[in-house]
Amino acid sequence: MLKQTEGSHAIAEAVALCRPEVICAYPITPQTHIVEGLGEMVKDGSLTGCEFINVESEFAALSVAIGSSAAGARSYTATASQGILFMAEAVYNAAGLGLPIVMTIGNRAIGAPINIWNDHSDSMSMRDAGWIQLYAENNQEAADLHIQAFRLAEELSCPVMVCVDGFILTHAYERVDIPTQAQVDEYLPPFEPVQQLDCDDPVSIGAMVGPEAFFEVRYLQHYKQQRALELIPHFAEEFKNLFGRESGGLVRPYQCDDAETIVVALGSVNGTIKDVVDEMRAAGHRIGVLTLCSFRPFPLTAVRTALIKAKRVVVLEKSLAVGIGGVVSDGVRKALSGVVLRGYTVIAGLGGRAITGKSLRALFEKAERDELEMLSFLDLNWDVVERELERGRQQRRSGPTAENILRDLGPAGARIG
Amino acid sequence: MTLQSVKFYQTGTFTVGNRLLEAADRTVQANMRRTNSLNSGHRACQGCGEALGARYAIDAAMQATNNRIMAVNATGCLEVFSTPYPETSWQIPWIHSLFGNAAAVASGVAAGLRVKGRKDVRVVAQGGDGGTTDIGFGCLSGMFERNDDVLYICYDNEAYMNTGVQRSSATPPAARTATTMAVGAHPGNVFGTGKNLPLIAMAHNIPYAATASVANLHDLEAKVTRAMGMHGARYVHIHVPCPLGWGSQPADTMLVARMAVESGLFPLIEAEHGEVTGRYQLRRQVPVEDYLKLQKRFAHLFGAKGEPATVVAIQAMADANIRRFKLAEPVSA
Amino acid sequence: MFQVRIHGRGGQGVVSAAEMLSVAAFDEGRFAQAFPSFGSERMGAPVMAFCRIDTREIRSREPVMQPDALIIQDPTLLHQVDLFSGLAAGGFILINSRRSAEELGIAELAHGIGHDHLCTVPASDLALKHTGRSMPNAALLGGFAAITGQLHLDSVTKAIREKFPGKVGEANVAAAEAAYEHVMKERQSPAPHA
Repeated sequence: MLKQTEGSHAIAEAVALCRPEVICAYPITPQTHIVEGLGEMVKDGSLTGCEFINVESEFAALSVAIGSSAAGARSYTATASQGILFMAEAVYNAAGLGLPIVMTIGNRAIGAPINIWNDHSDSMSMRDAGWIQLYAENNQEAADLHIQAFRLAEELSCPVMVCVDGFILTHAYERVDIPTQAQVDEYLPPFEPVQQLDCDDPVSIGAMVGPEAFFEVRYLQHYKQQRALELIPHFAEEFKNLFGRESGGLVRPYQCDDAETIVVALGSVNGTIKDVVDEMRAAGHRIGVLTLCSFRPFPLTAVRTALIKAKRVVVLEKSLAVGIGGVVSDGVRKALSGVVLRGYTVIAGLGGRAITGKSLRALFEKAERDELEMLSFLDLNWDVVERELERGRQQRRSGPTAENILRDLGPAGARIG
Repeated sequence: MTLQSVKFYQTGTFTVGNRLLEAADRTVQANMRRTNSLNSGHRACQGCGEALGARYAIDAAMQATNNRIMAVNATGCLEVFSTPYPETSWQIPWIHSLFGNAAAVASGVAAGLRVKGRKDVRVVAQGGDGGTTDIGFGCLSGMFERNDDVLYICYDNEAYMNTGVQRSSATPPAARTATTMAVGAHPGNVFGTGKNLPLIAMAHNIPYAATASVANLHDLEAKVTRAMGMHGARYVHIHVPCPLGWGSQPADTMLVARMAVESGLFPLIEAEHGEVTGRYQLRRQVPVEDYLKLQKRFAHLFGAKGEPATVVAIQAMADANIRRFKLAEPVSA
Repeated sequence: MFQVRIHGRGGQGVVSAAEMLSVAAFDEGRFAQAFPSFGSERMGAPVMAFCRIDTREIRSREPVMQPDALIIQDPTLLHQVDLFSGLAAGGFILINSRRSAEELGIAELAHGIGHDHLCTVPASDLALKHTGRSMPNAALLGGFAAITGQLHLDSVTKAIREKFPGKVGEANVAAAEAAYEHVMKERQSPAPHA
């Protein structure tokens, strides 16, 4: 049914349709509306057969999900930013134990400095933990990916994170088609665990594994993600057949066929990029954009295939690997191993810095002229940076950086965008 | 025929394994059909109090629940020695997740069972003092506050033993550990404010909280059994000597544990919803010295370079416990 | 595409206003997107919300830099924040105030835009009168329908009722209708008012 609704609420409805059995969560901006929505559904009886547990920390949230999943219950939680770090141990634990938990990440920057706005640093911090990571481009996809996530997680016995840009998607009202219970039931069968705590068939789960076997156990996690490279498109295809729309999959090319310049990006910024691509195509530029939906497993082959004929690739990412540059770029470079083309990394949108169509247009045109540096920072205020560096040069005790810069800039409320 | 009286010395005592008692008075361990949930073959040290405590507690819990228990274990000695890959000595469904989350994982297992309508299966969480009073404290408090249907058992050997005997918030004052060495002006652990987990459990008003010792099997089993007869958050804190970490003789584990109780240093109490409902009256109070002298971790308190003042301070702690919990008074019938 | 930017302070329902606009547009069969720009939850801090309306799927996620319409819920922001930044040619401005544009100190701007493109409406007063609370957002939506003609009043009132059920909804609808009338009249009258 078509609705005009908040992204968080669409996600909550989608998760509820998946017949979750245990939902546990700790509040953190910008995920709060999702769990509040689910909590209300459980409390008012519209979501039955489900326990909703208010826990005392994110670490507890994922730990409760680990316990309930091991007991054979379909389990869900959500977090963001600082929260995913606080549960970091449990993130690796869930993947290592092979428990099919689904977790929403309302993408938000990680402090210090503390910041509640969107970027991808949180999910990126856990990229190697063994979870499958899917990124939503809009709220329809955000809702749909959760349904696909449970299917994928339970088929592989591997936890899945669905990443949704905080505020930009979670708090945006837009049109979403919420499926029916019958549709979801047909797509997602009841949870059949690969391992389960069962008095009639006792097992010990989570033993210490030494050098004689750890390597193999860890490799099998990697193997699961290789299998996911096949399953993700397969389940997306099934989804399309049943629900009537394209959602998910590994990558999504737009205007890439004859493109000389291809932009690669994750998440909601793809929407803004598509508008700019259309504008530039109308003006005769041969430009396209490749949306990466699956970040883990990283679809090396699909990315290579999509980009190989381009002259240049611009990876626009909301994540900075401090000390080296881009995060997504590394994967793209790997995918293009041996291929000769120009590759540019553009870090953008950190801490919620707006990415405007105007800036993107100028950026892409600069890329087309090959005037971009290999690593650049979109709309970074260099004056501010220089002033702070100068402060540091003037005196030893120049004070905390963030506070200096904020004082320098003046009240944030006075500015647009 | 003349009648000759013969003294059966063991009849009527509460010795572990005593089968001369009435069936109803026997311990679970005295029963040939005990589940032996923690089976032999585990890699615990000789004289390990925790191995004993775990077997006692889980067997009692199994008997109380018709053998339908699932266990969640924190990282620590018990977890490590009971599951040396590829073997496990557990005869029950068992999961180990992390060091600090046993209480939360157990809450999750309980929720999963509940939502599936499995009222017959009960959940026990286990952790050492480190995993309970320190790193697992937050999750434990959350479990208490939500009154999740879990019995949490803490095996307290008063330090992080598995990693090499480092100090935890349960380490008693003056004890030597690897991070509170017996050197300098104040050798051994500090005289801090302490962290009394049983009292903290009581402060959460949970349905049941108790302390127990491997030296008193009847008492331990009764407490676990009573706990399993209830629902909601329950806590049992078991004192378990560690010969390696404490520097005591493996053969002395029971003696050391008994001394801890009879000196007043480890009171045996029971509480429901925050009120003390039971206590073990000391048979014969022993001076703390008799307890401390059995352990090398307190050796620096004695001898030529000893610290009599510290021993006095420890005695004062024991006396305070006896007063506070009325351990010298007869328990009303 | 029609882009709206709403300015106000935390606690004045700026975000709800944008959401209701988007629901009204959806009810008319159009695509709409509404999202906020704010900091931590705090009453009184400047807040913005955006709404885009179109006949096709809206993909852009950037803040509304070139609004076709501005709704100013709190006139105390007028000389503090660059509210009119990016206003498109032919754009509309609706300000919540008892005062006229001249009295608010923006006479020149008003003159340039024209009285059918810049209106003030005492939305807080109308809200207080009809609902008992001076929350101006619903009333302003009625004014928006009048000044821009982008949405039918009926769609706006339907969206208000969806958001605020029962008597509260009805009261807010009354305030919106009153604001609609007020703005319709102001658009026709060339003279400034007290």
